[in-house]
Amino acid sequence: MSKKDIDKITGVETTGHEWDGIKELNNPLPRWWLWTMYACIIWGIVYVILYPAIPLINSATPGLLGQTARGDVAIAITDAKKAQSKFLDKISTMSLEDIRKDQALFEFARAGGKAAFAVNCIQCHGSGAQGSPGFPNLNDDDWMWGGTLEAIHTTITHGIRQDTDDDTRTSDMPEFGADEDFGKENIAKVANYVASLSNVKHDAALAKEGAAVFEESCASCHGEKGEGSQEVGAPNLTDQIYFYGSTVDDFARQVTKPRHGIMPAWAGRLDKNTIKQLAIYVHSLGGGE
Amino acid sequence: MIEKHEKIEKSATLLLILSFLVVTIGGLVEIAPLFYLQNTIEKVKGMRPYTPLELAGRNIYIREGCYLCHSQMIRPFRDEVERYGHYSLAAESMYDHPFQWGSKRTGPDLARVGNRYSDAWHRQHLKNPQSVVPESVMPRYAFLADTPLRTDDAAMHLKTNAAIGVPYTADQIANATADMIAQGDADSETAEALAARYPKAQIRDFDGNPKRLTEMDALIAYLQMLGTLVDFSSYKAEENLR
Repeated sequence: MSKKDIDKITGVETTGHEWDGIKELNNPLPRWWLWTMYACIIWGIVYVILYPAIPLINSATPGLLGQTARGDVAIAITDAKKAQSKFLDKISTMSLEDIRKDQALFEFARAGGKAAFAVNCIQCHGSGAQGSPGFPNLNDDDWMWGGTLEAIHTTITHGIRQDTDDDTRTSDMPEFGADEDFGKENIAKVANYVASLSNVKHDAALAKEGAAVFEESCASCHGEKGEGSQEVGAPNLTDQIYFYGSTVDDFARQVTKPRHGIMPAWAGRLDKNTIKQLAIYVHSLGGGE
Repeated sequence: MIEKHEKIEKSATLLLILSFLVVTIGGLVEIAPLFYLQNTIEKVKGMRPYTPLELAGRNIYIREGCYLCHSQMIRPFRDEVERYGHYSLAAESMYDHPFQWGSKRTGPDLARVGNRYSDAWHRQHLKNPQSVVPESVMPRYAFLADTPLRTDDAAMHLKTNAAIGVPYTADQIANATADMIAQGDADSETAEALAARYPKAQIRDFDGNPKRLTEMDALIAYLQMLGTLVDFSSYKAEENLR
């Protein structure tokens, strides 16, 4: 622009644009706005120098601070473990029984176990550890594989029927439905007998005949009185706590073609310390032996 | 200078062309390096393309819109790592077309759900999620167990993926349908050949019905392998800090 055009009324320079006699004033930008913009530019340059920014041939410029998102998370986790080390170190070395006796340690382990339970276990066992059909309730006194601290710890570590773990717990109730010599009649008898053990509605005559069948084919694992055996993972049949249903038909179905639940082995997925905390928590739910 | 800028402002075509150039430069600088930078995808052991059955499961996952509620991307934050496991690596989705990182979590992240629950749990949960997780808002997918899986087009899916860079071999493509059927049957005669073609492939009846290969088989096979391939014992975290 060759000459400045000053608006007479405001005394401000115009841009020289004119529409039907209306001219655009060329007011300067507010200072605060301009300085904010300059500050942002400087901040941008500093950021590019300090943090990873410009892509080159093999990787981007790393930045003077050497910050990485993956490095940060490693530091955050190390710091958190360090802050908890007062408890974690003791939990790693002490036995489960001793941890339970130490009040402060017990509280810490139970809280840690509760958090781990919420993340890893509630999908099957329920948010209140109440279980669901096919997945056991962990609040009651009925334990298929034992309810001591050690037994719970072993179950969590190695799982149940988890092929990938050599020490996994395994019980394999036979399929009596596939055994032609056993026959449907015997299944009906023994199902009624099992029902009689826990006062479930049943046919008394069939149940009476079922007693002998039970003694011959079932008692070796479930015990003579049907009280079960934690050593072989045979459930107690007398305690009115049922896993796959509570009617004679459900019992018959289970004798015919047993369903076998699987629990994953958590060794490897969870660290040893967390598994110990989980054992303490599950044991403290009310049924711990 | 200002007079010259006036030219741009007064010509729509010129403005359009120059704007496009500016955006192109931005794109080149921000996007293009991801394709050639060698450190974008970590070098890991264990990653392999999906088996035909897993790929079918993945297609069902996409068809049913699972990604609308579930992400497959564990971000490098302490809370995510403590909840879901090791943060996701770029290498773990290098054979994904499209990737399933997701942008919203109504349900939990599934990047490492593999081997976390039993097949029986998955079956029950997919049929009726509230029967195992009463608080869940997930819909029911019981029909998957009744829908036979389409197996005749397995090779086509592998070929399509191969066309966009997934390293399927001619051997894998030729045996696609056979492999798809074999993975759902632990007693299959070709199970060994399948395991050789796809290391770490889990071969068994997933849907609880050995007689039929259903969409439930495919989806559970896919879910059970998620996040299980990379061998983290040989993964060097310090070399892959980003």
